[in-house]
Amino acid sequence: MSTTSVKIVPKFEVKSRASLASAPTKISVSNLNFFYGRTQALNDITVDVPKRMVMAFIGPSGCGKTTFLRTLNRMNDVIPGTRVEGNVLIDGQDIYTPGADVVDLRRKVGMVFQKSNPFPKSIFDNVAYGLKINRLAANNRELRDRVEEALKDAALWTEVTDRLKTSALGLSGGQQQRLCIARALAIRPEVILMDEPASALDPIATSKIEELIVDLKKQYTIVIVTHNMQQAARVSDLTAFFLLGKLIEVNSTEKMFTAPDQKLTEDYITGRFG
Amino acid sequence: MISLSRADRTRRTVSGVMTTLTALCTFLAVGILIVILSYIAMRGISALTFRFLFDTPRPVGEGGGIGNAIVGSAVLLALSSVIGIPVGIATGIYLSEFGAGMFASAVRFLVDTLTGIPSIVTGVFVYAVIVLRMSHFSGFAGGIALALITIPIVTRTTEEMIRLVPHSLREGALALGAPQWRVTLGVILPAAASGIATGAMLAVARVSGETAPLLFTAFGSRFFPRNLNEPIASLTVQIYNYAISPYDEWHAQAWAATLVLMALILSINIIVRFLTRKRFS
Repeated sequence: MSTTSVKIVPKFEVKSRASLASAPTKISVSNLNFFYGRTQALNDITVDVPKRMVMAFIGPSGCGKTTFLRTLNRMNDVIPGTRVEGNVLIDGQDIYTPGADVVDLRRKVGMVFQKSNPFPKSIFDNVAYGLKINRLAANNRELRDRVEEALKDAALWTEVTDRLKTSALGLSGGQQQRLCIARALAIRPEVILMDEPASALDPIATSKIEELIVDLKKQYTIVIVTHNMQQAARVSDLTAFFLLGKLIEVNSTEKMFTAPDQKLTEDYITGRFG
Repeated sequence: MISLSRADRTRRTVSGVMTTLTALCTFLAVGILIVILSYIAMRGISALTFRFLFDTPRPVGEGGGIGNAIVGSAVLLALSSVIGIPVGIATGIYLSEFGAGMFASAVRFLVDTLTGIPSIVTGVFVYAVIVLRMSHFSGFAGGIALALITIPIVTRTTEEMIRLVPHSLREGALALGAPQWRVTLGVILPAAASGIATGAMLAVARVSGETAPLLFTAFGSRFFPRNLNEPIASLTVQIYNYAISPYDEWHAQAWAATLVLMALILSINIIVRFLTRKRFS
């Protein structure tokens, strides 16, 4: 790699800084600290995610990217002994306020995990699950329509249309991950959190997921954790660089990968450590 | 042929010896089982007639059968399952889903202890608590005694099976806005269902061979069961009574009853295998 700056040309046009600045804020995080027991995993994170944009989190393993992502839908609540300080506002509402409804939050903030985790049910039932538990379909016909719509949005429909009743576990890895995306899309969240969604996939499946992300941006605010810097450059509008639980830099992806403000960011991106 | 170093040869020898040893142990274990099964079949088949399966016991020399004991065993197993399996599964769910605190640790410890209690102790306990109070033996008391043996087994298998369900499934469901109880009922339990069913059926197979807890509770009877409030026959107690009798004819009938009991346990296992074969794997 070059020693001054990497030459990664984004596949699509990156928005200019001006339009980024004018986009309304969807998620606003201020002074967030996070603890696993006594270990502090996140240190004073402050960042805004604009509406209908893709923000990528990059950084070396163990830097807190995933932990931070999981604070945004309170998924860390599941892990015993964790503690959060600071504010996370989504649409101006604090999701950690004592009266906040976690179930409602997770309906609004969907998540796709690193390892695809389809339920051991049929393809149809996987996508229908969120609709059923949240009572989002009035009747069977609407249920079918929304499952179809979600599968189409996740670019999976044509591949599974004649095997909806078969087990989801019979799908390939890439298909399973798109099924999980469809499952998240079916309940029409506003934000989608993606935790290295393509890390276990081959290049073809990865490019499908990436195209999907760029496409989904029209309707959803997306936050994606990735180890792959080219992927961050290809799909995101904004990139945030984490190191040792601290947020080092947030910038437009274009600037981040050509002329980052911080020396640490540059060192990481050019492969000097990490 | 490539020449082998000394270390290579040693490794191969050790590997060969170990493989042979494990194979021998397997043959020994399976072999003994086969010997037991064929011996029972040999001894039991002579007295096994169609009539034997449906008739009630008769005095020595008049034949008779174990129909009442088969029905009695079925009733006792059904009763113990109806009580023991739901309680066991519910406790297992509690331990795996909410079992983090001191209380749960205490429950877990008690369940483990309960698993280790000799079944005759369970029988004596039920005798003291139920039979003496009611002042007569009953099928009801027998069912309770068997249920007490069923509960800890089912509890522990349920807990283990639920723990085997990948955490990612739970998170996947929670991330879709599912409340905890719906995750447990709709995702976790179905994913663990075949394991739980297997555990439950193994518990049933286990208690179907119990004799000691029934001696003081269900007691045994020479008639077909009419209600749960009176002594009730069971295969194991019948086998026990016939086996300790001095008559050759009853000995032969005990062997035949043993064969029937084994066949019943085998069919329970086969039915479970059939019902719980994995649909989605």
